[in-house]
Amino acid sequence: MSYVIEMNNIRKEFPGIVANDNITLQVKKGEIHALLGENGAGKSTLMNVLFGLYQPEKGEIVVRGEKVRITDPNVANRLGIGMVHQHFMLVEKFTVTENIILGNEPKKGGKINIKKAAKEVEKISNQYGLRVDPHAKIENISVGMQQRVEILKTLYRGADILIFDEPTAVLTPQEIQELIGIMKKLVKEGKSIILITHKLKEIMAVCDRCTVIRRGKGIGTVDVSETNPDKLASMMVGREVNFGVEKDPAQPKEVVVSVKDLVVKDSRGVDAVNKLNLDMRAGEILGLAGIEGNGQSELIEAITGLKKAESGSILLNGKEITNMKPRRVTEAGIGHIPEDRHKHGLVLDFTIGENIVLQTYYQKPYSRSGALSYPEIYQKARALIKDFDVRTPSEYTPARALSGGNQQKAIIAREVDRSPDFLIAAQPTRGLDVGAIESIHRRLVVERDKGRAVLLMSLELDEILNVSDRIAVMYEGEIVAIVDADQTNERELGLLMAGGKKEKEGEPHGE
Amino acid sequence: MVNKLFPKGRLVSLAVPLIAVSLGILIGAIVMLVSGYNPVLGYSALLSGIFSETYYIGETIRSMTPLILAGLAVAFAFRTGLFNIGVEGQVIVGWLASVYVGIIFDLPAIIHLPLAILVGALAGAMWGFIPGFLKARFQVHEVIVTIMMNYIALYTVNYLIRAYLLVPGERTETISPSASLASSFLQSLTDFSRLHYGFIVALLGCIIMWFILWRTSKGYELRAVGFNQHASMYAGMNVQRNIVLSMVISGGFAGVAGSMEGLGTYGYMSILSGFSGVGFDGIAVALLGANTAVGVLLASFLFGGLQVGAITMQSRAGVPTELVDIVIALIIFFVASSYLIRWIMNRIKKEGI
Repeated sequence: MSYVIEMNNIRKEFPGIVANDNITLQVKKGEIHALLGENGAGKSTLMNVLFGLYQPEKGEIVVRGEKVRITDPNVANRLGIGMVHQHFMLVEKFTVTENIILGNEPKKGGKINIKKAAKEVEKISNQYGLRVDPHAKIENISVGMQQRVEILKTLYRGADILIFDEPTAVLTPQEIQELIGIMKKLVKEGKSIILITHKLKEIMAVCDRCTVIRRGKGIGTVDVSETNPDKLASMMVGREVNFGVEKDPAQPKEVVVSVKDLVVKDSRGVDAVNKLNLDMRAGEILGLAGIEGNGQSELIEAITGLKKAESGSILLNGKEITNMKPRRVTEAGIGHIPEDRHKHGLVLDFTIGENIVLQTYYQKPYSRSGALSYPEIYQKARALIKDFDVRTPSEYTPARALSGGNQQKAIIAREVDRSPDFLIAAQPTRGLDVGAIESIHRRLVVERDKGRAVLLMSLELDEILNVSDRIAVMYEGEIVAIVDADQTNERELGLLMAGGKKEKEGEPHGE
Repeated sequence: MVNKLFPKGRLVSLAVPLIAVSLGILIGAIVMLVSGYNPVLGYSALLSGIFSETYYIGETIRSMTPLILAGLAVAFAFRTGLFNIGVEGQVIVGWLASVYVGIIFDLPAIIHLPLAILVGALAGAMWGFIPGFLKARFQVHEVIVTIMMNYIALYTVNYLIRAYLLVPGERTETISPSASLASSFLQSLTDFSRLHYGFIVALLGCIIMWFILWRTSKGYELRAVGFNQHASMYAGMNVQRNIVLSMVISGGFAGVAGSMEGLGTYGYMSILSGFSGVGFDGIAVALLGANTAVGVLLASFLFGGLQVGAITMQSRAGVPTELVDIVIALIIFFVASSYLIRWIMNRIKKEGI
């Protein structure tokens, strides 16, 4: 069997670090080949070597049996290698066709022949079942569609080896299904695909073979049909990984937070939360499931004071906190791990220490009569960094320099350390690797066992099912059902999330 | 890898202004050569026009004083995420307000002088409050508003002087001695330059800016809002109020810069035919000084020195003073294109990524 791409014994160094140490990756024609590894394992470096962005110190690259030197991305393009980037490189104001031909415009007497280009784009789009409208503007189409435009871009340039860089990170579950269909279609038409990912489920669903790298070293290549997620995970992490979260049955106590008839409008002025009722109890993790955009974010923002509640009430330990300022809500005893850690959770240009006191900087002992006490701040930071295993060179490092997992650990450390009665965790593991996810899930269970009420909002059903004790399903701004986590399954939840009613039990049974 | 990069980053931020200054001077020399002057002669005259006599040193420090405060004003706003182009206008209103207090009151110096400076600061602060308020309340961009406020300040102040305070010579009366920063001691020390006590005020300004930003919880808040408004809101800070406060403090620094001119260098205010330039130089000073208090101090020394030395350069080497403006412009150009310098430095260090 001949390989369409062979990267043999690749070594790439950066000052002070070996990003790729003797890695071999061989891709067969017409297969979907997964490149699996944790964040920072060296996947992107390896692909950037293949795409011509980096030059390897050692090793050879063979494309279709011929030894090549890929000195820049143009060479890669000429060899038929195309990259679908994780962060799209599209001009928002341009149409799909304009974006695709950018830098490669078909000309007719000095003018761009947009009609011909659009026809070509449409033809390719139909061939692979992408169903993209060539005349739509990028800013008007969904993220999933934008990704297809990126795929089209590589196909238009004649790529037959496609690199997908973490393509599902930005997609909804449904879009992921569609993408999987597209990838299968692509290989059927003779393309080869390298899929960079750390999601095991996707590998099992779509890939033929899988190469695992860990800390810059190649661990091995396996046939997906002969392996399982547990084996892949232990190859990736280097030890046994526990997917199920170990926990004792919950012992729910008194109601900590009670939401009654809450109405919240979204940024467009539409009711995103619609007369919602929900109780959260101490000592219990309540999962909040739902497809993105069904009002989960607005619900959390209203509880934390970031968004105005139009009507209804929110009680914390029996006291009204509706429409209180965020600071008062925080002081009343709510911890909030926000959905978007870069936007809300951290001031990226502040040091870790400064971020640790983001809500408490004005209180003693961090501030005395208006003057900051840095020794106290950094002492706190050192303690939390140690307790929560935040991997950072020091407490003086800017938050920006940390990996996503460690940024998230710092946020969790800060929120948990205030000992809030009610902890909100919104998408706490988004974009993190297996090791970090494990530790964050364990931390949520620990908080539950300390008698706190925990609300876990997540778009990942696995996470909801594994970590929660009860699950509230949100659909179009309402809680349509509350189920026990051990008495439901992905299928039932999926149905409820899509607006299907639970089998004849009448009203949702959350009082 | 990260902790190795960190001190390196600090080194780079120091190297960029130094390289920018050197490149500016170097290209200035080429310009001199091309236009038929001797650059060695020109620059040595420039240097001796800064250092050779105590008079020049006194004048250099004198011209630094308002530059420092104007630079602090720009830097303070910048640190909190705002671009205060209105320093010029805030300087002008601060200047008039101080002079007005200096003229109409008759108080002991211990009260009169601080009061005059304080009123100058308040006037600048008020001029900063307006764009701050408009930005916080209605999201009007502060750059547009502050530019317009500069013109409003210039013509309003000219009108006020003409209508109410005019004495022969197109200017106001001279302030009473109790409100003056002028010092016969400093003048005698520096061969009768116009050096005044204002430089102490400017140094205090540096310390105050550093202290507010880096040592108070309010400063922490202001910087947080400057970096990330969303996270600040999430953390329970009042973003709107902090935007206004930042512009008010920035305007206050600028107002004091005006006081320095009014109470120190001149002792009166003339009808201005155009902008004083102090506020705009403040932008350059803050940029070159990387928006730090110490950086602003050093950059002010460079700009103040160049302005004072230019006069000697013209008289002794025949090089027109405009050349100094070219050098200053070049320095600003190279600081602004610091990306280029960083890129070249990385290249030299051999592709560090």
